[in-house]
Amino acid sequence: MSAVLFFIAAIGALGGAIAVVTVRNPFYSVLALVVHLVMLAALFLLLHAEFVAAAQVIVYAGAVMVLYVFVVAYVGNVEELAGGSALRILGPLLALCLAIVLCTAMLGSGLKGIKGKGAPYVLGFGTPRHIGTLLLTKYLLPFELASILLLVAAVGAVVLARRRRGLEPDEALQQRISVPRPAYTGTMAEAAGARVDRETVPLPQNEPQPVASGAKTPYEGGW
Amino acid sequence: MAISWYLAVSALIFCIGAAGVLTRRNPLVILLCLELMLNAANLALIAFSRMWGGEDGQVFALIVMVVAACEVTVGLGLIVAIYRRQLPIDVDELSELQG
Repeated sequence: MSAVLFFIAAIGALGGAIAVVTVRNPFYSVLALVVHLVMLAALFLLLHAEFVAAAQVIVYAGAVMVLYVFVVAYVGNVEELAGGSALRILGPLLALCLAIVLCTAMLGSGLKGIKGKGAPYVLGFGTPRHIGTLLLTKYLLPFELASILLLVAAVGAVVLARRRRGLEPDEALQQRISVPRPAYTGTMAEAAGARVDRETVPLPQNEPQPVASGAKTPYEGGW
Repeated sequence: MAISWYLAVSALIFCIGAAGVLTRRNPLVILLCLELMLNAANLALIAFSRMWGGEDGQVFALIVMVVAACEVTVGLGLIVAIYRRQLPIDVDELSELQG
Protein backbone atom coordinates (compact mmCIF):
# COMPACT_ATOMS: atom_id res chain seq x y z
CA MET A 1 0.00 0.00 0.00
CA SER A 2 2.72 2.43 0.96
CA ALA A 3 4.66 1.53 -2.20
CA VAL A 4 1.63 2.21 -4.40
CA LEU A 5 1.04 5.56 -2.71
CA PHE A 6 4.72 6.40 -3.07
CA PHE A 7 4.71 5.75 -6.80
CA ILE A 8 1.49 7.71 -7.35
CA ALA A 9 2.83 10.68 -5.40
CA ALA A 10 6.29 10.48 -6.95
CA ILE A 11 4.95 10.32 -10.50
CA GLY A 12 2.58 13.20 -9.73
CA ALA A 13 5.39 15.29 -8.28
CA LEU A 14 7.73 14.58 -11.19
CA GLY A 15 4.99 15.20 -13.75
CA GLY A 16 4.10 18.49 -12.09
CA ALA A 17 7.75 19.52 -12.10
CA ILE A 18 8.15 18.68 -15.79
CA ALA A 19 4.96 20.59 -16.59
CA VAL A 20 6.26 23.66 -14.72
CA VAL A 21 9.35 23.73 -16.91
CA THR A 22 7.81 22.83 -20.27
CA VAL A 23 4.45 24.63 -20.36
CA ARG A 24 4.76 27.92 -22.23
CA ASN A 25 2.01 29.85 -20.47
CA PRO A 26 3.21 31.04 -17.00
CA PHE A 27 -0.30 30.71 -15.59
CA TYR A 28 -0.35 26.99 -16.33
CA SER A 29 3.14 26.73 -14.88
CA VAL A 30 1.82 28.06 -11.59
CA LEU A 31 -1.06 25.59 -11.62
CA ALA A 32 1.36 22.74 -12.36
CA LEU A 33 3.47 23.84 -9.40
CA VAL A 34 0.38 23.61 -7.17
CA VAL A 35 -0.12 19.99 -8.30
CA HIS A 36 3.57 19.33 -7.65
CA LEU A 37 3.38 20.81 -4.15
CA VAL A 38 0.32 18.79 -3.17
CA MET A 39 1.95 15.58 -4.40
CA LEU A 40 5.11 16.49 -2.50
CA ALA A 41 2.99 16.94 0.62
CA ALA A 42 1.74 13.38 0.10
CA LEU A 43 5.36 12.22 0.01
CA PHE A 44 6.00 14.12 3.24
CA LEU A 45 3.05 12.31 4.81
CA LEU A 46 4.52 8.97 3.75
CA LEU A 47 7.70 10.02 5.57
CA HIS A 48 5.69 10.74 8.76
CA ALA A 49 6.19 14.50 8.52
CA GLU A 50 2.58 15.48 9.18
CA PHE A 51 3.20 19.04 10.31
CA VAL A 52 5.49 19.89 7.42
CA ALA A 53 2.99 18.40 4.98
CA ALA A 54 0.18 20.53 6.41
CA ALA A 55 2.39 23.63 6.32
CA GLN A 56 3.33 22.82 2.74
CA VAL A 57 -0.29 22.65 1.62
CA ILE A 58 -1.49 25.66 3.60
CA VAL A 59 1.45 28.04 3.22
CA TYR A 60 2.90 27.02 -0.13
CA ALA A 61 0.02 25.72 -2.18
CA GLY A 62 -2.33 28.17 -0.50
CA ALA A 63 -0.67 31.48 0.18
CA VAL A 64 2.48 31.68 -1.93
CA MET A 65 0.76 30.36 -5.04
CA VAL A 66 -2.01 32.95 -4.66
CA LEU A 67 0.75 35.58 -4.71
CA TYR A 68 2.09 34.05 -7.92
CA VAL A 69 -1.34 33.96 -9.53
CA PHE A 70 -1.87 37.62 -8.67
CA VAL A 71 1.42 38.67 -10.21
CA VAL A 72 0.85 36.57 -13.34
CA ALA A 73 -2.59 38.13 -13.70
CA TYR A 74 -1.11 41.60 -13.18
CA VAL A 75 1.86 41.30 -15.48
CA GLY A 76 -0.04 39.29 -18.06
CA ASN A 77 0.95 36.19 -19.86
CA VAL A 78 4.29 36.93 -21.43
CA GLU A 79 4.88 34.52 -24.25
CA GLU A 80 8.51 33.64 -24.61
CA LEU A 81 10.10 34.04 -27.98
CA ALA A 82 12.04 31.05 -29.15
CA GLY A 83 15.64 32.11 -28.98
CA GLY A 84 18.61 30.32 -30.43
CA SER A 85 20.61 30.43 -27.22
CA ALA A 86 23.21 27.78 -26.65
CA LEU A 87 21.90 27.29 -23.11
CA ARG A 88 18.66 26.03 -24.60
CA ILE A 89 20.40 22.83 -25.65
CA LEU A 90 23.16 22.72 -23.06
CA GLY A 91 20.85 23.29 -20.08
CA PRO A 92 18.74 20.15 -20.38
CA LEU A 93 21.83 18.16 -21.29
CA LEU A 94 23.60 19.32 -18.14
CA ALA A 95 20.52 18.55 -16.05
CA LEU A 96 20.26 15.08 -17.59
CA CYS A 97 23.90 14.33 -16.75
CA LEU A 98 23.37 15.57 -13.20
CA ALA A 99 20.24 13.43 -12.86
CA ILE A 100 22.03 10.31 -14.06
CA VAL A 101 24.94 10.87 -11.69
CA LEU A 102 22.71 11.62 -8.68
CA CYS A 103 20.34 8.72 -9.30
CA THR A 104 23.24 6.33 -9.71
CA ALA A 105 24.67 7.60 -6.46
CA MET A 106 21.35 7.26 -4.63
CA LEU A 107 20.08 3.94 -5.95
CA GLY A 108 23.37 2.18 -6.53
CA SER A 109 25.32 3.18 -3.47
CA GLY A 110 26.48 0.66 -0.93
CA LEU A 111 25.41 2.79 2.03
CA LYS A 112 23.25 0.72 4.34
CA GLY A 113 21.45 3.66 5.94
CA ILE A 114 19.54 4.74 2.86
CA LYS A 115 18.65 1.21 1.90
CA GLY A 116 16.45 0.66 4.93
CA LYS A 117 13.09 2.13 5.80
CA GLY A 118 14.57 4.42 8.39
CA ALA A 119 14.49 4.49 12.15
CA PRO A 120 11.63 2.67 13.92
CA TYR A 121 8.54 4.83 14.15
CA VAL A 122 7.81 6.26 17.57
CA LEU A 123 4.40 7.67 18.39
CA GLY A 124 4.24 11.41 17.92
CA PHE A 125 7.05 11.67 15.40
CA GLY A 126 6.61 14.77 13.27
CA THR A 127 3.65 16.18 15.18
CA PRO A 128 3.34 19.93 15.86
CA ARG A 129 4.14 19.27 19.52
CA HIS A 130 7.58 17.85 18.80
CA ILE A 131 8.36 20.40 16.07
CA GLY A 132 7.27 23.26 18.30
CA THR A 133 9.37 22.03 21.19
CA LEU A 134 12.41 21.86 18.93
CA LEU A 135 11.72 25.29 17.43
CA LEU A 136 11.45 26.96 20.82
CA THR A 137 14.36 25.22 22.52
CA LYS A 138 17.14 23.91 20.31
CA TYR A 139 16.42 26.05 17.25
CA LEU A 140 15.23 29.24 18.92
CA LEU A 141 17.80 31.46 17.19
CA PRO A 142 16.97 30.30 13.64
CA PHE A 143 13.29 30.67 14.49
CA GLU A 144 13.71 34.29 15.53
CA LEU A 145 15.99 35.02 12.59
CA ALA A 146 13.32 33.61 10.28
CA SER A 147 10.76 36.02 11.69
CA ILE A 148 13.13 38.96 11.14
CA LEU A 149 13.81 37.73 7.61
CA LEU A 150 10.08 37.61 6.88
CA LEU A 151 9.67 41.16 8.14
CA VAL A 152 12.58 42.42 6.03
CA ALA A 153 11.19 40.65 2.96
CA ALA A 154 7.73 42.12 3.48
CA VAL A 155 9.11 45.65 3.81
CA GLY A 156 11.40 45.10 0.85
CA ALA A 157 8.59 43.90 -1.37
CA VAL A 158 6.48 46.93 -0.50
CA VAL A 159 9.39 49.28 -1.24
CA LEU A 160 10.17 47.54 -4.54
CA ALA A 161 6.64 47.36 -5.87
CA ARG A 162 5.25 50.67 -4.65
CA ARG A 163 4.09 53.40 -6.99
CA ARG A 164 6.95 55.83 -7.41
CA ARG A 165 6.17 59.52 -7.57
CA GLY A 166 6.95 61.18 -10.87
CA LEU A 167 7.13 57.95 -12.76
CA GLU A 168 3.50 57.95 -13.71
CA PRO A 169 1.07 60.82 -13.03
CA ASP A 170 -1.92 59.73 -11.02
CA GLU A 171 -4.83 61.57 -12.62
CA ALA A 172 -7.51 59.81 -10.64
CA LEU A 173 -6.03 60.92 -7.33
CA GLN A 174 -5.63 64.52 -8.53
CA GLN A 175 -9.21 64.63 -9.66
CA ARG A 176 -10.44 63.25 -6.39
CA ILE A 177 -8.51 65.89 -4.44
CA SER A 178 -9.69 68.81 -6.57
CA VAL A 179 -13.42 68.12 -6.17
CA PRO A 180 -15.07 71.06 -4.34
CA ARG A 181 -16.46 70.19 -0.96
CA PRO A 182 -19.62 71.45 0.77
CA ALA A 183 -19.34 73.88 3.62
CA TYR A 184 -18.81 72.76 7.22
CA THR A 185 -16.69 69.89 6.11
CA GLY A 186 -12.95 69.68 6.33
CA THR A 187 -10.11 68.46 8.38
CA MET A 188 -9.19 69.52 11.88
CA ALA A 189 -5.96 71.02 10.59
CA GLU A 190 -7.93 73.39 8.38
CA ALA A 191 -10.25 74.36 11.22
CA ALA A 192 -7.32 75.27 13.43
CA GLY A 193 -5.77 77.32 10.65
CA ALA A 194 -2.71 75.13 10.42
CA ARG A 195 -3.50 74.40 6.81
CA VAL A 196 -5.00 76.70 4.22
CA ASP A 197 -8.65 75.98 3.70
CA ARG A 198 -9.49 75.05 0.16
CA GLU A 199 -12.35 76.62 -1.69
CA THR A 200 -15.62 75.45 -0.25
CA VAL A 201 -19.09 75.51 -1.74
CA PRO A 202 -21.63 77.54 0.25
CA LEU A 203 -24.51 75.62 1.71
CA PRO A 204 -27.83 75.72 -0.09
CA GLN A 205 -30.22 78.19 1.57
CA ASN A 206 -33.02 75.75 2.21
CA GLU A 207 -30.81 73.54 4.30
CA PRO A 208 -31.40 73.94 8.04
CA GLN A 209 -28.76 76.12 9.62
CA PRO A 210 -26.94 74.90 12.69
CA VAL A 211 -28.81 75.57 15.91
CA ALA A 212 -27.76 78.79 17.63
CA SER A 213 -26.51 78.83 21.19
CA GLY A 214 -29.06 78.70 23.94
CA ALA A 215 -31.05 75.82 22.59
CA LYS A 216 -31.15 72.87 24.90
CA THR A 217 -29.98 70.17 22.66
CA PRO A 218 -28.54 66.95 23.86
CA TYR A 219 -25.54 67.58 21.62
CA GLU A 220 -24.43 70.65 23.52
CA GLY A 221 -20.81 70.72 24.33
CA GLY A 222 -20.01 67.92 21.98
CA TRP A 223 -18.61 69.24 18.74
CA MET B 1 9.79 2.22 0.53
CA ALA B 2 13.50 2.55 1.10
CA ILE B 3 14.86 6.00 1.80
CA SER B 4 16.97 5.88 -1.35
CA TRP B 5 13.85 6.06 -3.54
CA TYR B 6 12.82 9.32 -1.92
CA LEU B 7 16.32 10.63 -2.46
CA ALA B 8 16.17 9.64 -6.13
CA VAL B 9 12.87 11.49 -6.58
CA SER B 10 14.41 14.49 -4.84
CA ALA B 11 17.43 14.38 -7.18
CA LEU B 12 15.18 14.19 -10.26
CA ILE B 13 13.07 17.14 -9.12
CA PHE B 14 16.23 19.12 -8.46
CA CYS B 15 17.54 18.40 -11.95
CA ILE B 16 14.24 19.36 -13.58
CA GLY B 17 14.33 22.64 -11.66
CA ALA B 18 17.94 23.26 -12.68
CA ALA B 19 17.10 22.63 -16.32
CA GLY B 20 14.23 25.09 -16.06
CA VAL B 21 16.42 27.80 -14.53
CA LEU B 22 18.95 27.34 -17.33
CA THR B 23 16.53 27.29 -20.25
CA ARG B 24 13.55 29.49 -19.42
CA ARG B 25 13.78 33.27 -19.83
CA ASN B 26 10.66 34.51 -18.11
CA PRO B 27 11.68 35.53 -14.56
CA LEU B 28 8.34 34.30 -13.22
CA VAL B 29 9.03 30.79 -14.47
CA ILE B 30 12.61 30.99 -13.22
CA LEU B 31 11.25 31.73 -9.74
CA LEU B 32 8.94 28.73 -10.06
CA CYS B 33 11.90 26.55 -11.00
CA LEU B 34 13.84 27.84 -7.99
CA GLU B 35 10.88 26.72 -5.89
CA LEU B 36 11.21 23.27 -7.45
CA MET B 37 14.87 23.08 -6.46
CA LEU B 38 14.16 24.21 -2.90
CA ASN B 39 11.37 21.66 -2.63
CA ALA B 40 13.71 18.92 -3.78
CA ALA B 41 16.09 19.92 -0.99
CA ASN B 42 13.15 19.83 1.43
CA LEU B 43 12.25 16.31 0.37
CA ALA B 44 15.84 15.16 0.91
CA LEU B 45 15.94 16.81 4.34
CA ILE B 46 12.73 15.14 5.42
CA ALA B 47 13.84 11.78 4.07
CA PHE B 48 17.04 12.01 6.11
CA SER B 49 15.04 13.09 9.15
CA ARG B 50 12.96 9.92 8.75
CA MET B 51 16.13 7.89 8.35
CA TRP B 52 17.59 9.10 11.63
CA GLY B 53 14.32 9.25 13.52
CA GLY B 54 14.83 12.84 14.65
CA GLU B 55 12.77 15.88 13.80
CA ASP B 56 15.70 18.21 13.18
CA GLY B 57 15.48 17.74 9.44
CA GLN B 58 11.83 18.77 9.50
CA VAL B 59 12.74 21.96 11.33
CA PHE B 60 15.34 22.65 8.63
CA ALA B 61 12.66 22.08 6.00
CA LEU B 62 10.36 24.59 7.71
CA ILE B 63 13.14 27.19 7.76
CA VAL B 64 13.80 26.51 4.08
CA MET B 65 10.12 27.14 3.40
CA VAL B 66 10.36 30.49 5.22
CA VAL B 67 13.39 31.49 3.16
CA ALA B 68 11.62 30.41 -0.04
CA ALA B 69 8.61 32.55 0.86
CA CYS B 70 10.91 35.57 1.40
CA GLU B 71 12.65 34.95 -1.91
CA VAL B 72 9.31 34.73 -3.70
CA THR B 73 8.10 37.97 -2.13
CA VAL B 74 11.17 39.96 -3.12
CA GLY B 75 11.37 38.34 -6.56
CA LEU B 76 7.74 39.08 -7.37
CA GLY B 77 8.23 42.64 -6.12
CA LEU B 78 11.13 43.00 -8.54
CA ILE B 79 9.03 41.65 -11.40
CA VAL B 80 6.24 44.11 -10.61
CA ALA B 81 8.81 46.94 -10.54
CA ILE B 82 10.20 45.81 -13.91
CA TYR B 83 6.69 45.74 -15.33
CA ARG B 84 5.92 49.24 -14.02
CA ARG B 85 8.98 50.66 -15.73
CA GLN B 86 7.77 49.05 -18.94
CA LEU B 87 10.93 47.06 -19.41
CA PRO B 88 10.75 43.70 -21.17
CA ILE B 89 10.05 40.82 -18.79
CA ASP B 90 12.84 38.66 -20.11
CA VAL B 91 16.10 37.91 -18.33
CA ASP B 92 18.07 38.03 -21.59
CA GLU B 93 16.91 41.57 -22.32
CA LEU B 94 17.70 42.89 -18.84
CA SER B 95 21.44 43.06 -19.43
CA GLU B 96 22.17 46.59 -18.30
CA LEU B 97 24.52 45.36 -15.59
CA GLN B 98 26.40 43.28 -18.19
CA GLY B 99 25.44 40.10 -16.42
